[in-house]
Amino acid sequence: MIGEVQKQNKDKAVFEPIIVVEDLTMAFGDNVIQRDLTFTINRGDIFIVMGGSGCGKSTLMRNLIGLQRPARGKVFYDKESFWDIEESERERILRRIGVMYQGGALWSSMTLAENIMLIIQEYQKIDHDQALELASLKLALVGLAGFEDYYPSEISGGMKKRASIARAMALDPEILFLDEPSGGLDPISARMLDDLILQLKSSMGTTVVVITHELASIFSIGNDSVFLDTESKTIIASGNPKKLLEECDNATVRRFLTRGASEPRIQAIGRA
Amino acid sequence: MSETGEPREIRNFGPELDFVKPDNDVLIVKLFGTWKIGSQVPGFNRLTKELEKDSLIRKIRFDSSGLGRWDSILITFLLKIANYCEQKQIELTTEGLPEGVINLCKLASSVPERTAIRTSQIKLSLTTRVGIHVARIWGSIAETITFVGEIAIAFFRFLTGRARFRWSDLLLIIQESGAQALPIVSLISLLVGLILAFVGSIQLKMFGAQIYIANLVAIAMVRAMGAIMTGIIMAGRTGASFAARIGSMQVNEEIDALKTAGLPPMEFLVLPRIIALAVMMPLLTLYANLMGILGGMIVGVGGFDIGIREYLNATKGSLTLTTVGIGLFSSFIFGILVATAGCLRGMQCSRSASAVGEATTSAVVTSIVSIIIATAIITIGCNILGI
Repeated sequence: MIGEVQKQNKDKAVFEPIIVVEDLTMAFGDNVIQRDLTFTINRGDIFIVMGGSGCGKSTLMRNLIGLQRPARGKVFYDKESFWDIEESERERILRRIGVMYQGGALWSSMTLAENIMLIIQEYQKIDHDQALELASLKLALVGLAGFEDYYPSEISGGMKKRASIARAMALDPEILFLDEPSGGLDPISARMLDDLILQLKSSMGTTVVVITHELASIFSIGNDSVFLDTESKTIIASGNPKKLLEECDNATVRRFLTRGASEPRIQAIGRA
Repeated sequence: MSETGEPREIRNFGPELDFVKPDNDVLIVKLFGTWKIGSQVPGFNRLTKELEKDSLIRKIRFDSSGLGRWDSILITFLLKIANYCEQKQIELTTEGLPEGVINLCKLASSVPERTAIRTSQIKLSLTTRVGIHVARIWGSIAETITFVGEIAIAFFRFLTGRARFRWSDLLLIIQESGAQALPIVSLISLLVGLILAFVGSIQLKMFGAQIYIANLVAIAMVRAMGAIMTGIIMAGRTGASFAARIGSMQVNEEIDALKTAGLPPMEFLVLPRIIALAVMMPLLTLYANLMGILGGMIVGVGGFDIGIREYLNATKGSLTLTTVGIGLFSSFIFGILVATAGCLRGMQCSRSASAVGEATTSAVVTSIVSIIIATAIITIGCNILGI
């Protein structure tokens, strides 16, 4: 959904499912990462995927974006079962998606502008100058105006992350997947990124799926979430992160959302 | 109908512009239709022409009542207008634009553009480019000399038992560069022996001197070709692998981690590789020589009715300790050159995936060129010494 039409359908869009996951199980051989995952992402939501390190958040994203087939279960995009359709049909769905990978994954032999222009010119018939203008806009939105001619090896880790977010937004996708977008960013850049995500949601109706540990971002932008548990290997909580903080009884979730503050700190040895 | 009286259907057409002048100094830019990536966006020069027609215009406003769906292409267009107005000192107001558009434009302008000169815009003179190239070559030579010096220091520390590396690494590299190279060395050397025998037999047959095929193959293989072919194989196989491995470590900051942990990369990474190839190359060359002689024997015995015993006697008679020694010495030197080139290019690798590819290619080319140059020097040296 783009611009004005999303505004008109705002109320309807909040409850309109765009991605539905049913009984998803992810495994590497016999090693089950997560099982029986069932959740819905509504159009226009900022959906947070939370959990401890190594619980399978990035693997879940890979299952949703076509990089890894689930061991079991289904993924629906607008009622189409993603893994049951032909590959060419899956590609059609993937064109509606933008992905930002945890490490950035910028193409190192291309400048930042070329990284974005490659995607734009692959799917749209526009000339070089227009593609460059669009690439410059995307970089400006993430605070990298003027860095068009820089190569990934010439910028810092945090800047690479922002550039990869700009690339994910190349085609103004309906759905954005962001894997640890604010990891490695300074607080101001992280705040700017949160503002950008909120702006994309309100201005362009983009649905954003964010994998993150950053509590500040989780509470400021997330309006729905799931919590993946490493031990039970399934979802142990879901809902608005602020409500989870107020109402959730699960100790693991509370520890995560309060950064461990909900448990007494370890006592010094020898203290009575 | 919309508030401005435009038919609502206009929103579903392609992007369009129109201009209205309610006052002498005010221009209203009316945006119509759907502004999406891939649609034929009106040229920016339409606005500039409108402004140039009337120099009294000092304010621009917008009317988006006829605007349909929009995406980034509208934002880029509006930012161009904003930049133009700033240059021409024309006041621009954003009321009349959708709130989402205003917010995205503000976000795109919130961090000032970096003013560093873009490298693609600099045009250098021929003299400057030649100078930069020469400076680069000189820098590369200096780097190579420094590298060789550091290897020498590391080797001295090795001889005095102070070098820091893992013996398990050395043994693993010996296995990878020695035992695992036997199949490819066998194939290439056998074929080289075959080729030498065939090519030599063309001339020797004219004089009824086919038996000398054995001498020709033996001397050629043992003195030079065995070492050269093995060196070239190892350059493409092992030298490239060294460059790729060390280059990838550069990209992943593993070498930085070694330095900060107090483990000198020259001793930990480079030294075991040079020692491994210096030890294995003579052994592989001996093996290659045997395979080459076998290849020649297949042609001699199979194609020219030379008896096996006859062939082997001729081979033994043509070889001297000096010939064998020259070949083994050459292979020892080639081993050091291949390992040095591979490790040097790996250490020089910059931090990107394409740089690793470039380092690998450069390692192979440098190794092969070094082998040929070394062969020439050794040949000239042997000539001077009369051996």
